[in-house]
Order: sequence, then C-alpha cells, then structure tokens
Amino acid sequence: MTTVRSPGKTAKIPAAVAPAQVTMAAALNRALADSLAADERVVVFGEDVGTLGGVFRVTDGLAARFGERRVFDTPLAESAIVGTAVGMAMNGLVPVVEMQFDAFAYPAFEQVTSHLAKLRNRTRGKIALPVVIRVPFGGGIGGVEHHSDSSEAYYTHTPGLRVVAPGTPADAYRLLRQAIDCPDPVVFLEPKRRYWSKETAVLTPDGPPIDRAVVRRPGRDITLIAYGGMVATALEAAEAAVEEDWDVEVIDLRSLSPFDDRTLTESVCRTGRAVIVHEAAGFAGYGAEVAARLTEQCFHYLEAPILRVTGFDIPYPPPHLEQFHLPNTDRILDAIARLQWEEDNA
Amino acid sequence: MEKSTLKGEAVTILAHPSETATAGGLLPSAAPLQLIDQDGQPGGNPGELTPPEPDVLRELHRRMVLGRRFDTQATALTKQGKLAVYPSSRGQDACQVGAVLALRGQDWLFPTYRDSVAVLTRGVPAEETLTLLRGNWHCGYDPYEHRVAPQCTPLATNTLHAVGLAYAARLKKQDQVALVLLGDGATSEGDTHEALNFAAVWKAPVVFLVQNNGYAISVPLAKQTAAPTLAAKGIGYGVPSMLIDGNDAAAVYAAVRVGVERAAAGGGPTLIEAITYRVEAHTNADDATRYRASEEVSTWLARDPIARLEAYLRANHLLDELSAGQLAADAERLAEDVRQRMNQEVSADPAELFEHVYAQPTAALERQRAALLAELRELAELKEPAS
Repeated sequence: MTTVRSPGKTAKIPAAVAPAQVTMAAALNRALADSLAADERVVVFGEDVGTLGGVFRVTDGLAARFGERRVFDTPLAESAIVGTAVGMAMNGLVPVVEMQFDAFAYPAFEQVTSHLAKLRNRTRGKIALPVVIRVPFGGGIGGVEHHSDSSEAYYTHTPGLRVVAPGTPADAYRLLRQAIDCPDPVVFLEPKRRYWSKETAVLTPDGPPIDRAVVRRPGRDITLIAYGGMVATALEAAEAAVEEDWDVEVIDLRSLSPFDDRTLTESVCRTGRAVIVHEAAGFAGYGAEVAARLTEQCFHYLEAPILRVTGFDIPYPPPHLEQFHLPNTDRILDAIARLQWEEDNA
Repeated sequence: MEKSTLKGEAVTILAHPSETATAGGLLPSAAPLQLIDQDGQPGGNPGELTPPEPDVLRELHRRMVLGRRFDTQATALTKQGKLAVYPSSRGQDACQVGAVLALRGQDWLFPTYRDSVAVLTRGVPAEETLTLLRGNWHCGYDPYEHRVAPQCTPLATNTLHAVGLAYAARLKKQDQVALVLLGDGATSEGDTHEALNFAAVWKAPVVFLVQNNGYAISVPLAKQTAAPTLAAKGIGYGVPSMLIDGNDAAAVYAAVRVGVERAAAGGGPTLIEAITYRVEAHTNADDATRYRASEEVSTWLARDPIARLEAYLRANHLLDELSAGQLAADAERLAEDVRQRMNQEVSADPAELFEHVYAQPTAALERQRAALLAELRELAELKEPAS
C-alpha cells in the first residue's frame, strides 16, 4: 500500500494493514524504503544499486523515489564503498551499503575489520559508526565461482561487529530495520537462495530485538539450530522427522554475533540433544563456536555430542555439483539418528 | 559523444564523460613549486601560489619551532622507555604545520601515525596527542572537538575515510573540507587509488597531501613507483595536482590553501605531492644506517624548513632577537610539560577495555569483564594478604 503525499496535507497513515504475500527481496526493499523515509540520515549506495536497482533488485525503485543524494551508484571498488561509509558515518550519516556478492566483499576486509569494527573502541566511544553492510551470501542459486560463499565466520570472529542473517521475509524486513537503527556496525547477510521465497505476513520492525534468536518450531527431543538460508531447510527436516517420531525444535539464530546464549541454552538443556546446520565449511566454522558454547553451558544436560551438518571443507563447487555440497533434509536426519538414542544402547 | 563512421554506418562512440579541465590542466609543474628557497631567499618557482601574509609566515615559524621541540622531546622519551614508540616527523615540519594552518575551523584533518606534530598544531593537547604512542588503548582525544580523526596506523585507509566524510558534507550542503595526510609508500596501496577515484567522481571536497619523504621504512621511492612524480598520478583520476617543495612552509600553506578553496567552491579534490625528507629513522625501533648514507641525511639537514623560514623572516624584519628568544623559551616550556606528563603512569583501567566494543557491552562481554576483575582481585589479595 502506498500513501500519496501532497503539499500542505498530512500523509495518511494506513488504518489497518492486512497480511500480504511478500518475497524476501521485496521485504528488504520495503525495509530500505521505510528506513529512508523515516530517517533522513540514511543513505544507500554500492555497485549497481541506483539505476539498475541492484543485481537482485533489492534496491529497485529507491533511487527514483529518494533521489541520487540518498541512493546512488558508486565506482566499482568494495574497499572504497566501506571506507567512505566509515567517513560518512563519522559525519552524521547512516550508510547502508551493498556488497554485490559475498566473495566480492573481500577487498573491503581491511576497512571492515581494522576500522569499521574498531573505531568506537579506538576513540573511547566518541565515534559511533551506524553502518550496515548488506551481503548476499551462500549458495543454492547455481552461481558460478565466487558467487556462493558463506563468509559469516570471517565477520563473527571480529569484535565490534554485529552479524545477522534473516531466515524469513518478515524477519528480513524486521532485522534490516533494526540493523539500520542500531548504533553498531552490522554485517547483514542475505541468503540469496531465499530472495524469492514467499511468506504471508505483516511487515513490522516490532518483535524480537536484533540480538535475539527465535524458536521457529517448538519441539521436545532435539534442538536444530540454523540461520539464513538453512532455516527453511531445517524446518523441512523437522517435518520429515515427525515420521521417525522425533519432535524437533528449530531455532533460527537471526543474530550470529552477539550470540543469544539464553535462548539457546534454555532449549538445549531442555531437549538434551542439538544439531547445528550451515552451508559454510565445517572446519573452524561458525557451528564449532555454537557447539563449544553449548557444550560448556549444557554439558550435564546433554544426551549426545552436539553434531554439525555443514558444507564440505572444499571451495564452493560449481552449479552442477552444489547439490552434493549443501546440507539437506537427509543429512540432517542422518545427524539426528546419530544422537545416541536409547535403542542404540540396547 | 562523438560520431564516427564504420563501414559507412553511423556509429556512436562513448567518449570520456569528463567535461572538467583539459588533461594538461591536471598535470603538476615539472619542478616543485617554491616560495622561499633553502637559503631563505624568495623562491624561483612560485607558480600559481600566493605568498602568505607576514602574520601567517610568523605563525608558520612559531608552530614549526614548537612542533620540532615536541618531536625531539618525544623521540627522547622513547629512549627512556616513556613512549612505546614514536615515528618522528623531523624534517617534515613544513608539511606538518603548513598544511594544518591552511585549514579552516570547520575542516577535518585525517593524520597518520607520523603526523603527531600536525595533530598538535591543530590544537590537540600534547598529552592527548601522545596517548596511543605511549601505549594506551585509545586515541586519546575526542575527534569531534578539534575535527581530527584518530591517527591512522594502516597505510592509506584514512584516504577513504576523508573522502566519505567530505562527501557527506557535500550531501548535507555543509561547507567542510577534509585534508588527508599520506606518505610516498601509501601511494602504492589500493585504497589511495580508490580514494582518488571516488573523490574525483563524487567531486568530494578533499585535499590529498602526500609527504614524499623519500622512504617507506627502508624502501626508497625508486623501488616504490615508476611514475615521473607522485603528483603526476592525479591526471589518471581527473584530479588536479601540484608538486611542491615540502620543506618550504610558505609553499605548503599556499598549496593546501589552493586545494581547500577549490574544494570549498565545489571544484572537487586536489592532489599535492610535497618533496621532503624523514631525518630520523622510521621509528625508534629502526636503524636507518642499514639503507641510507649519512651524506644524504646531511644534504637534507642543510635544507631545514625552520632555518630557511627563520632566515627569510629575519631578512625581512619579521622576527627579532627578542621574539625569537621568547619563542625558544615557549618551546622549552612545552617540552618540560610533555616530559612531566609522560613521566606519570599511564592511566588505563582494564575494565574499560570491554566498555566501547559495542554501544552497550554484550552479556558475554559483561561476563568476561567480571572474570578479569575477579582475577585482578585475586592477584591483589595474593600481593597483600588480608590481615
């Protein structure tokens, strides 16, 4: 629903908003538009985000609506996109920048880790950098090399950054609004395989705060932990597990850093079993941190070692082979089956 | 766009979009611009530079004398272990002072680790300027108070921060210019290239001052670049550039002034290469005799920026014995103050390390802070058993 503004008249506020079907890409676009409208400090920029509307069309129409002082194309250089965002934030703007694909964000790594993440600390809190870096991440769309990386561990390992990844369209809207309002720099990982997934929802920034995990499906027997593109996969696996009489609780982390210890330990201490799923390589991956933390905090409640279902420790494979690499329902069910059930001991 | 024909058909060729200056207008002069030569005589190549007023010349001299004393005092303090490290800018005094005095109050300075004298000249107190270098965990000053970014340790990354801050000013229609300092070595980093390019495309109000001091730690300029000069690189980005004598404070002041005025008038960025010399080693941890001859250093000592301006001022009756004596006394007082403050213990609270990682410490950081404090309490009890 759009509200037409005319000079001298107060904009009409929609009386009631009915749930509508929306894709994740459209929800993200709405979040950007609503943030641009709500806060004149917000600027959106990056490669192809202006006239084209982004290669995934997440910024579609924003340049036309808000003008080139608010939404603009940049020359092609990722370090400069983040580095200039740092300077703009120092001067009172709230930059929301796009890295076109995960692996193309690497040239900006020094600006992200040495400056964006540290300037608040280096200045004893005087400089706040409310910058959001949107990164389409992960595979599953048949991308050629360098188009399907899962780079979350590089960012979660850096103190000073927040790292979030939405799993559903409604949460993509909420998390992006929250990220833009957040006084800390946020790496916002968008699961590109879910850009076109649909949900019937009312888009609102209200709900769980930016640093909270949510239970997407309650269950008694196992805690299945996922984020981003793997949330839908985990929910499918949980449904399939019903046939095996496993009642699976699915937790969508939303915030990878900071980690919501409370929600996670509450669940795992209750179920006594946990599996973490991600597309990224398993070795020294994000799941290792989750497994270690939960083992430290829930050891006496655990019935089995915490298992990980992850991509292999290989460079992301080409389109025709990615199906063999990505975690799927079968692999998740296999992991659940290995959680030392009583019949195993009989 | 220009029309051309190919096999008889009209073809449109995408021409270079820039309608700014002609290529020739972007190039620096062949020889460095100079207003006062090394003997204190009027320089032979003033180019488009306007000689500063006498008051400005006196202030340039005064700040260089104070800055030099600060710099030699800081170097001495590293030898006594009072500073963790100090990269001296001795020899680059004209760049440090001339560039900063050319800024207006609303403008911003983006310094590097070698630009402590520039930071001091901008008005940051000496004790705050040296906070990081004496081994504390933060930059020591409020960047917004003096509009001075924290001294940047990685090379060239600050060029992009300057471009971003300047472009934000342009977007907000604020009259504000950013001056970024970098060295010859930093011009080889990718961020310098990206910053010049972004600044030019965005017409960002930025002045890039390259202090070409001859060496990147040990690597001489000849191994750093094959370009005729570093200033010549500006044309590749569409950035007007200047080559100047970096030991002539009047020329540095006048050149940065040209850049600031162009930027403030909406003319975009300027690249200035100032030829100067790093008299001291890279830092107190470096041994410069391993890579350069002492004769080379002597040659540059004879081109001292302070001596030449002083000679000019005296010849033109702008500095007398009395005021020179007062200035020397002021410099000694500054050095005494720096010594006294640096001899005090660094005040650093380990608990504060967790305070500014995020706007609010996370629950996990609160737990880690509590654990560290408990550890410190245990250590304290071991040292002083409760009676």
